[in-house]
Amino acid sequence: MRSIYLDHAATTPVHPEVIAAMLQYFRPLYGNASSVHGFGRQARIAIDKARETVAKAIGAQPNEIYFTSGGTESDNIALMGVAEAQRDKGRHIITSSIEHHAILDTCAYLEKAGFEVTYLPVNADGLVSLTDVNAAIRPDTILISIGHANNEVGTIQPIAEIGAIAKAHGVYLHTDAVQSFGTLPIDVNEMQIDLLSLSGHKIYGPKGIGALYVRRGTRVHPIQHGGGQERKLRPGTENVPGIVGLAKAVELAMQEMAARTEHMTRLRDKLIAGLMAVPEVKLNGHPEKRLPGNVNVSVKYVEGESLILSLDLRGIAVSSGSACTSGSLDPSHVLIAMGLDHLQAHGSLRLTLGRDTSEADIDYVIEVFPQVVEKLRAMSPLYNRLEKEE
Amino acid sequence: MSAAMYSQKVIDHFSNPRNVGTIENADGVGEIGNVTCGDIMRIYIKVDKNGDEERIDDIRFQTFGCGAAVATSSIVTEMVKGMTLDESLKVTNKDVAEALGGLPPVKMHCSNLAADALKAAIKDYRERQEKDKE
Repeated sequence: MRSIYLDHAATTPVHPEVIAAMLQYFRPLYGNASSVHGFGRQARIAIDKARETVAKAIGAQPNEIYFTSGGTESDNIALMGVAEAQRDKGRHIITSSIEHHAILDTCAYLEKAGFEVTYLPVNADGLVSLTDVNAAIRPDTILISIGHANNEVGTIQPIAEIGAIAKAHGVYLHTDAVQSFGTLPIDVNEMQIDLLSLSGHKIYGPKGIGALYVRRGTRVHPIQHGGGQERKLRPGTENVPGIVGLAKAVELAMQEMAARTEHMTRLRDKLIAGLMAVPEVKLNGHPEKRLPGNVNVSVKYVEGESLILSLDLRGIAVSSGSACTSGSLDPSHVLIAMGLDHLQAHGSLRLTLGRDTSEADIDYVIEVFPQVVEKLRAMSPLYNRLEKEE
Repeated sequence: MSAAMYSQKVIDHFSNPRNVGTIENADGVGEIGNVTCGDIMRIYIKVDKNGDEERIDDIRFQTFGCGAAVATSSIVTEMVKGMTLDESLKVTNKDVAEALGGLPPVKMHCSNLAADALKAAIKDYRERQEKDKE
């Protein structure tokens, strides 16, 4: 059977060159970078070189990059670390209602610890309003955390404009760039970003590795204690193969950025047009300010997990914001914040393209999708009722 | 969620659901669930009344919901077709899940309501019978 992977926002296949670069750091170059001997020095050299690669990709200095275990840990250090370091200055944090749970759950934790959090609303396209950002800032605001691009609907926020507002008020700006890094150009100075989270496995690197950019002079406390690694902000023996793999993935992403964007945008737009040819299928997220690989639609009268399952049985791997796929009883908080009703949120489908996605893959999805929707709608009591009313 | 989390039997009933559709002039119709929770099951029954004995002569379903919701609706129609109403009322949601070779724990409550939809259909039938007597 065909096997088409359209869930690149969840994770990506590791690039063969990334694996090749990593292997020697399992053996023979398996040293601990803290060791003084030759094994250790070789590991240290590899980490230093990787740090330069990652820094250069976002216009930062190498000593502003801290390797972590991934996006979630980077987000936790950014939020909790700034909160802890700045608690005497203020206890107010601004974020949006459509952030990843790595941000929202950490904010909920901070609220219990005595901080106040403002969750900015978004418009129907998933955009945060600059007026709202401005209005939310108070004398005791210490941090604004707004994700660069949303993982579910792909909407890209005006981070540079938010950066200018943050700067004008002397408030730190953190952005979770896990979905955008490697795909969209990022310059932390031009965009006035103080902290930025990124991850390896979304860009054809390995899982379990990420980084946090922290602008020099930014006050952040560690949230984990144990040793001198990563200048004490993230102690623990460095994941050398992971760090090398991340750097290789970053290098490839920078080389291929323009080509990947062109390729994915073209196929994305073809896929959107193909899916929307089916009646009562609506695009979620911003029509233009959207990640090149993201397609998110609501299929009315059909439940998302049924769609995923039906497509999976036809060899197409996708995801949904339906409650059945979230592990809770609630549908996607992102879609609800954008004003979708429960029926639309339960019937949402996310298809995320990658560098390996082919035109034939997209053609196949466009062929199968109407058949799957028709079969499920024929079974749906909601669809049937509508037909009778007409 | 992918097909991997479901038993073969669930996948079979999801892919080839039995007794899908509606019954014109059904003797009873039952619906359970709502859009907010993401599952709606609707069951139609045709009852064959022979003296005091009432049997489910035909049964159809329509479901908006996840794989488990569709599969439980499908299998319950197979299980109770031909049963007397009293027998069919003894079928529980748990029996339905067991007949499918089990359901993932997260699906046991929200999506396992097919037996309740059947009970609602029988209740509807009996209420109509009462009305006819009046």
